[in-house]
Amino acid sequence: MKNGINILLAGAVALAAANAAEAQTGRPFIHDPSTIAFCDGRYYTFGTGGGGLISDDGWTWRGGAVRPGGGAAPDVIKIGDRYLVAYSATGGGLGGGHAGRVLTMWNNTLNPESPDFAYTAPVEVASSLDDEDCDAIDAGLLLDPTTGRLWLSYGTYFGFIRLVELDPATGERVEGNEPVNIAIDCEATDLIYRNGWYYLLGTHGTCCDGANSTYNIVVGRSRSVTGPYLDNIGRDMLRGGGKMLLSAGNRKTGPGHFGRYIEDDGVEKMSFHYEADFDQGGRSVLAILPLLWHDDWPVAGENLRDGSYEIESQRHGYALELAVDFVRMPATRHRFWEEDNEPIVPIESQKLEDVIGGWGEGPNGVRLGDYMFRPHQRWTVEAVPDAGGYLGAPYYKIVIEGTDRALAATEDAELECVPAFTGSPEQLWRIEQLTDGTYRIMPKSVPGHETEQLALISVADSTPTLGRFDMNSDNSKWRFRDR
Amino acid sequence: MGLNKCRAAVAALLLPLLNGAAYGFAPSDDNFPPPRQTDYEIQTPTYLSDYFIESSGDSAAPDSDGFIRRWMLLEPISKPNRSNVVFTDSYLNEVLDSVYYKGRLETMPRDGEKVRVGKGRLVWHALDSRMFNVKLYRFAAALKKPVYGVIFDAVTIIDCPEEMRDVRLSVGSNSASKWWLNGEPVLVLSGDRRMVADDCMSPRLTLQKGRNVLRGTIINGPGMSDFCVRFVDADGRPLTDFSTRNR
Repeated sequence: MKNGINILLAGAVALAAANAAEAQTGRPFIHDPSTIAFCDGRYYTFGTGGGGLISDDGWTWRGGAVRPGGGAAPDVIKIGDRYLVAYSATGGGLGGGHAGRVLTMWNNTLNPESPDFAYTAPVEVASSLDDEDCDAIDAGLLLDPTTGRLWLSYGTYFGFIRLVELDPATGERVEGNEPVNIAIDCEATDLIYRNGWYYLLGTHGTCCDGANSTYNIVVGRSRSVTGPYLDNIGRDMLRGGGKMLLSAGNRKTGPGHFGRYIEDDGVEKMSFHYEADFDQGGRSVLAILPLLWHDDWPVAGENLRDGSYEIESQRHGYALELAVDFVRMPATRHRFWEEDNEPIVPIESQKLEDVIGGWGEGPNGVRLGDYMFRPHQRWTVEAVPDAGGYLGAPYYKIVIEGTDRALAATEDAELECVPAFTGSPEQLWRIEQLTDGTYRIMPKSVPGHETEQLALISVADSTPTLGRFDMNSDNSKWRFRDR
Repeated sequence: MGLNKCRAAVAALLLPLLNGAAYGFAPSDDNFPPPRQTDYEIQTPTYLSDYFIESSGDSAAPDSDGFIRRWMLLEPISKPNRSNVVFTDSYLNEVLDSVYYKGRLETMPRDGEKVRVGKGRLVWHALDSRMFNVKLYRFAAALKKPVYGVIFDAVTIIDCPEEMRDVRLSVGSNSASKWWLNGEPVLVLSGDRRMVADDCMSPRLTLQKGRNVLRGTIINGPGMSDFCVRFVDADGRPLTDFSTRNR
C-alpha cells in the first residue's frame, strides 16, 4: 500500500508541476470575477457574494477586496480617476425569480486601507421584473474609446441580453435611454472594443456544477455597439450564435465571465473563472490567460508550458544559443546522385555529453544562430515556484537543457549564460504571449536598470541584447518551438 | 451567474455566498437598497398573443429564413426534473419515446383536441409563432400551465410540391429534444442545451412529395424553453419552397 501511496503522491506532484504556469497562486478562489482593475500598484477583482481578490503582482492572490451590496457578478471600470462598480443585487433565477436590479457605485480607490476608500450610494441603472424576457444580472461595462460613451450589458439565459447607456460622469442611466436586445441564450456578458469592432463576450453552457460545468466563453462582433453581433459564420447572437473562445481543458472546467485587461501595446490578458480547478479540489478559481487576436477575432492564448524549446527570434528566424564552438557530427555522407541500397540506420542526435566539455565552466556568451537542434541551442524553460510573477503568469528560469546553466541579464543590459541558476532577479524571466501569438521575454530585473522595463530583443540577426520592447518590431518578438 | 437554466439543484449550495436579500438573506450593508420584491407574485403575466398567432386553416410558408412557425403544440406534460444535466442520450430515448397518451407519436392531432395524461387532460393548440423560434415557456406560462419540469410535444405537416432529397432537418432547442420525420426518429439533441439556430442537423433525408409529418418533443427542467426548426438543402441553404399546416 505504501507503494500505491507513493505512486499517487508522485502523480499529484507531476500534475502540479505540469500545470505550474497555468493556475494563479495564493488563494485565487472566486466566482463570477469582474474585469481586473489596477489601483495604486495592486490588482483587484470582485466576485459574487461581495468582496473579491487582491494581488500585488497579478500572480499570487488573496482575499480582502471590498465590495458592499452582496449580490452577484460585478464588473469594474476605471473612468478618469475613479472606479465605477456595477453589480446585480438580485435576479439570476435563485428561488425561481428573475426580478433583478443592476446598480452602480463609485469609489476613488479600490484599496480598502486607503483613507479615500468609500463607495457612493448605489444607483439602480437597469432592472427586470420577475417574468419578463430578461434577467437583470451579470453586468458588463464598456467605455467606448471612440465616443466616450458608457455602456452596460446584462442578462442571462432567461430571455435577452440587453444593452443600456450610462452617463460616464455619474454612472447613472442616460435619461430616456431604452434597452436594446443584443443576444439570447447566454450570460456573463462583457463588451470590448478593438480596431473598429465591438465584441460581445458571453458565456454558454452550464454554470455552477463544479467538475461537470460546461460553461464556455463565446464571442460575436459588430461594427455598432448596439449590434447585430454576429459570430464567425454570420449567425446573430440574437439567434444563439457565438464563436467559442475558451472551453474546459488542462484539468479545469467551466470558463466564464470574461474580462479584458490591456497591459501594454500588444500585451493583453483575459480574466475569467474556472468553475472547477481539479488541482484545487474542484474550487472555482480566478484564471488569467494571454488574449490574442487573429483576423480581428479574440483567441485565448496559453501561458508557456514548462518544457525544452528552441527560442527563435522573429527578426530573422535564428535561434538563441550559447556562444560556443559548433561541433560537427561524425555522420556518414551518402552519394545522393547514385543508387544507395545500404540499410537505413538513423543518426543519433548530438548529445550534451558530446559537447559540454568544450563549453568551459562559464559564464558563456549568448548569440543567435542557425537552429540545428544542438545541445547549445536547446533551452529548458520552467516556472519557478515561489518566485512571484506578473499578471497571469509566474517567473521562469531558462537553462540549457540538461544543465543548470541559466540565461541571465548583465549589468550592461546584455545577456550571458551563468554556470548555475540561483534564482536572482536577473535570472528570472517574464514570458508573455503577445496579441499576435509570439512572445515577449523580459528579465525580472536588470542590475543597474531597475527602473527600466527591458526586453530580450534582436539588435542584429545574430545578436541578442536587452532593450526597449516594441510591439511593431519583429526584433522584440520570440517563438518557443519544440522541434 | 444566472441560475436559471439547470441551476435549481445547485442554487442552494450557493446561497450562503449571496448575502443579498434577494436570496433570502438580509443585506449585509444597511445603506444598500432592498430587493424589489420579497415574495413571489408574477408581475409580468405572459399573454399568448405576444408570442403566438392563432393559426388559420390555410397552409403557410416557412419564414424567409426557412424557420417553420406553424405548429400544433400540446400543453406541457409534467415531467419533474430539478436540473437539465440529466438529459443524456439514453435518458431521452427512454423518456421521450414513452407513450404518455394514446396515439402519441402516431396521429395528427386536431386543434382543441384533448388527450388524457395521467389523471389530467391536455389540449392541443394550433399556433403560429410570431418569432423564428417557438417560445414554449411562454406558451405554457400564458396558459397558466407548469413551465418547469415539463415535456412539450410539437407537430406540423410539411407539404412538398416535389420530392426533396439530401435535405437536413436543422434544430435548436432548449433544452433537449428528439425529432421524428414521417414516424422515423431523425435527430436527438441531448444535454443541457440552449437554443441555437442550426445547433444540430439530421443525416441527409428525403422529404417526400406531398404530406410529411414532422414531430418533435422537447424536455426541460428549470429555465427557458424554446425551439427553432428549419430544413436546409445539400448546400446548407434554408429551404423555403414548401408549405406547412397544422390542421
